[in-house]
Amino acid sequence: MLKKINCIINGEPKEIEVDVRESLLDMLRNRLHLTGTKQGCGVGECGACAVLIDGNTIDSCIYMAVWADGKNITTIEGISKPDGSLSDIQQNYVDKGAVQCGFCTPGFVISTTALLNKNDDPSRDEIRRGLSGNLCRCTGYQKILDAVETTVEQRRNSKK
Amino acid sequence: MYQINGYLEASTISEAIDYLNKNDNAQIIAGGTDVLIKTRERKGGYVDRDLVGIMRIPELKGIKVDAEGNIVIGATSSFTEVEENEIIKSNIPSLCTAVGSVGGPQIRNMGTIGGNVANGATSADSASTLFALDTIVRIASKEGVREVPIKEFYLGPGKVALNKGEILTSFVILKKNYEGFKGDYIKYSHRKAMDIATLGCSVMIKINGQIIEELKIAYGVAGPTPVRAKGAEEYGVGKEISQEVLNEIGERCLKDTSARDSWRASKAFREQLIRELPKRAINNAIGGGFNA
Repeated sequence: MLKKINCIINGEPKEIEVDVRESLLDMLRNRLHLTGTKQGCGVGECGACAVLIDGNTIDSCIYMAVWADGKNITTIEGISKPDGSLSDIQQNYVDKGAVQCGFCTPGFVISTTALLNKNDDPSRDEIRRGLSGNLCRCTGYQKILDAVETTVEQRRNSKK
Repeated sequence: MYQINGYLEASTISEAIDYLNKNDNAQIIAGGTDVLIKTRERKGGYVDRDLVGIMRIPELKGIKVDAEGNIVIGATSSFTEVEENEIIKSNIPSLCTAVGSVGGPQIRNMGTIGGNVANGATSADSASTLFALDTIVRIASKEGVREVPIKEFYLGPGKVALNKGEILTSFVILKKNYEGFKGDYIKYSHRKAMDIATLGCSVMIKINGQIIEELKIAYGVAGPTPVRAKGAEEYGVGKEISQEVLNEIGERCLKDTSARDSWRASKAFREQLIRELPKRAINNAIGGGFNA
């Protein structure tokens, strides 16, 4: 059964016809070709498919596409600046060596973005908790935490 | 694609009830963090269903204090909404701890406190605290609204007292069951996040000086459903808090529970947790002082 939904994706209003059986992840990747959002486990354990809905992180693999009707969605493609250059969070992931195979990175960047929007001065423990819904099998997490801490520090310094 | 038969979005409680009455294949879905996973894993009873979405029903949302001072929590309040709610934070901080221990941020943003209870799992992090609060479960059907004490709501593993055409709408926590109490929830799990409790223990305690005036101890995963340790509670009330009394409470909790072996942990290990966690939770709740 197809259903028409309206939502805002990365700032652009969209009207999309979706199958009611589709996940938001299916819709983003297969209909809109926004393939930055990854499918990892498919059951909400790994966070590779994380996107922002009205500013909150959710796992798009366990979110029905029809639920996106009327929502404001940000995917990893909407995190980079309009000219394609990286956000400060993304740049720090690169600079701090927080990206190895890279499959988990879009989810981590989404979770980091939401975390820092909510809390601009998180402790290392708060960062760990904010990113606890994302798994990385390469880095051992330390460099990811470093990248987030560096972003916090840079943002604090630029405000001075 | 999820292997479902169809999807209907209900916009009012009566519309949802109507769908449930008309269609034997209907299955309520709230945040989907349980139902959609079971569908993906093709668990019996979760395949080819007609899902009825309830997340856009305004009456199921929100947390408020009613005219009698009771706290009413809407069933589709997400774990994050409960954790960050000012009413809950200032009156029942142990419930914030409990819902804050669920999964990770993405799960807490979608998963609902109503779903946590309605799916009947003994491991539900919110359930033991709701038991310790003697929470009343409010259920709507086309006949009207009925109220069930949470301990009567759980019938067995995965089985709750929801009949056909009924929907869990809210939880009511009476003023007398939270006012003046201190509480704590301890989730014992192997990982700090994204894990299911090996054992959960929630305590609500009212003390006058060093005398225990009221004591409520509830567990998750210490039996087929969440359970209260009534014998230990009765023993504790009226006693002056001491290390010996705490130890005896722990021992008596063992008699009120029925832990078992699972791949997550052995019965013997769970029984050790059943003895230890209430002592720690009471100690945390009253601000420390004991070697718990």
